[in-house]
Amino acid sequence: MPLYALVDCNNFYASCERLFRPELKTRPVVVLSNNDGCVISRSAEAKALGIPMGAPAYQWEHVFRKQGIAVFSSNYALYGDLSNRVMSVLADMAPRVEQYSIDEAFLDISGIAEPLALCRAIRERVGRHTGIPVSVGIARTKTLAKLAARRAKKDASLGGVFDWTAAPDPEALLRETEAGDVWGLGRQCAKRLASRGVRTALDFVRLPADWVRKELTIVGLQTQLELKGVSCLSMTEAPAARRSVLCSRSFGQLIEEREHLREAVCAFAARAAEKLRAGGLEAQAVQTFVLTPRHRENLPQHQGQATTTLPGPTNFTPDIVAAALRGLDEAFRPGFSYQKAGVVLLGLESAVVRQASLLDLPPEERERRRALMRVVDGVNRRHGRGMLRLAISSAPDRPWHMRQHRRSPRYTTSWDELPRIGRKVQEARAAAAGTGPGNARRPF
Amino acid sequence: MRLRTNGLELLGPLDPADSGTTPKILLPLLLAGVQAGFPSPADDFIDKRLDLNEHLVPHPAATFFVRAVGDSMLGAGIHDGDLLVVDRAVEACAGRVVIAAIGGELTVKRLERKGDRMLLAPANPDYPSFDVSEREDFEIWGVVTHVIHKV
Repeated sequence: MPLYALVDCNNFYASCERLFRPELKTRPVVVLSNNDGCVISRSAEAKALGIPMGAPAYQWEHVFRKQGIAVFSSNYALYGDLSNRVMSVLADMAPRVEQYSIDEAFLDISGIAEPLALCRAIRERVGRHTGIPVSVGIARTKTLAKLAARRAKKDASLGGVFDWTAAPDPEALLRETEAGDVWGLGRQCAKRLASRGVRTALDFVRLPADWVRKELTIVGLQTQLELKGVSCLSMTEAPAARRSVLCSRSFGQLIEEREHLREAVCAFAARAAEKLRAGGLEAQAVQTFVLTPRHRENLPQHQGQATTTLPGPTNFTPDIVAAALRGLDEAFRPGFSYQKAGVVLLGLESAVVRQASLLDLPPEERERRRALMRVVDGVNRRHGRGMLRLAISSAPDRPWHMRQHRRSPRYTTSWDELPRIGRKVQEARAAAAGTGPGNARRPF
Repeated sequence: MRLRTNGLELLGPLDPADSGTTPKILLPLLLAGVQAGFPSPADDFIDKRLDLNEHLVPHPAATFFVRAVGDSMLGAGIHDGDLLVVDRAVEACAGRVVIAAIGGELTVKRLERKGDRMLLAPANPDYPSFDVSEREDFEIWGVVTHVIHKV
């Protein structure tokens, strides 16, 4: 019989921010999305203060200040590095690991003699080696493992690991779980279920399979079976092929000028094309979108988007940028203040196995373009992103660059930003005398 | 059974009867081709380059670099501005230089045991030692395994 474990990093971004700042261990911590927009990670203390996920930062600023909450801009260099460390410890200890997101991984532990002992050892080692606390849920199916990990996180008496297969009364556990909290159901689904009187995971399990299949498709049926302990979702070790490439960003300040938007869209399109080439892919269409800030009801709202079809599959930056800019001309309306723009590349296919077409450029020209892009990518890899770019895309001091006022140092990925440990003599004396800035601290 | 012939090393059973199945013979990678006479003296040097990571970072997932500030650990060879290699996978025991959290701050000190007391001791007579035996806000963060000092 299959057996899975889900390893879930507790409040991952907030935990990363705490690693080099022990004084934050008991303080509430929140991390804001790109551009300091809204709350995307909360420590347990911040949750207890009632700060919701997705809370817009500007609305909650007074609460942050009043409650002494430590607020951080997102620091993806740090989170990415610590995520890799966690995943590498998991890979050392478990036979098969499938990373599910930046802070979650499924382990296939079928046939392991003592799964509970292994998972406790994993939790202990990840914590000791990387400093990131994790919760582990063990179950016969991935969906139940998710629920088990939730429980492991919520109930402190479990010591961070919960084995669903050893639970004396699994039905009671399903009864305590809201249907909307089940992996694969989600809030939209939960609303539909609620209209049928289904509130808990147990109610959902008891629905007739025919109805579930008809109303919630095969995905709903799979979820139901998984909750009953029948494994439908196996380990998929190869990541699914990419369907699209997205590059978008919120701006540091609202943008009204078409020219500034053009620069931003051009940079996004160039970056997306670079991702495309890195994946050995070509795109057939380019979508451009622009958005005004949703939370500002007093501003006129506009969401514009336009898709441009390319004459043939390509990953040549000038083609993709030109298509994205044509899309922008359609999507843009004067008189609005835009907060976000993005470029999506669609209809991806492998650049190697492609069908020849009458519209194709002559082979010499294709090779010439490929060579040019290789040089551009090579230079940018060696000398930093954006070193070689189209003249239309801007220098990095433009207004649309991200706002990250409260980003912590890139402690683990930049030589100039390493954690500094210890104090200068004057500082230490001042602190010992209780006159310095750190007077609440020890005189080290 | 192992056999050496002309610089060729055969690993594994040579006699099929040994294993009962088709013998599996593992051949070592030959770097200079098969030749009679002396082995190429260059063989000894056809090796990958020395990588300092192997020496300094046996546990990559658990190793962090930090910058030392101040002179409280001069006696341990740690100068202001030095780079410290900190390995969280190494067990902290008395006598080792550690990064510890105390009073909400990270500090580098030597862990010392005096009878049943645990101390954080500087390696500089100008600084005092701290008894951390009963401190609830004390925690070992990692063990300093190397100091990288620019001369």
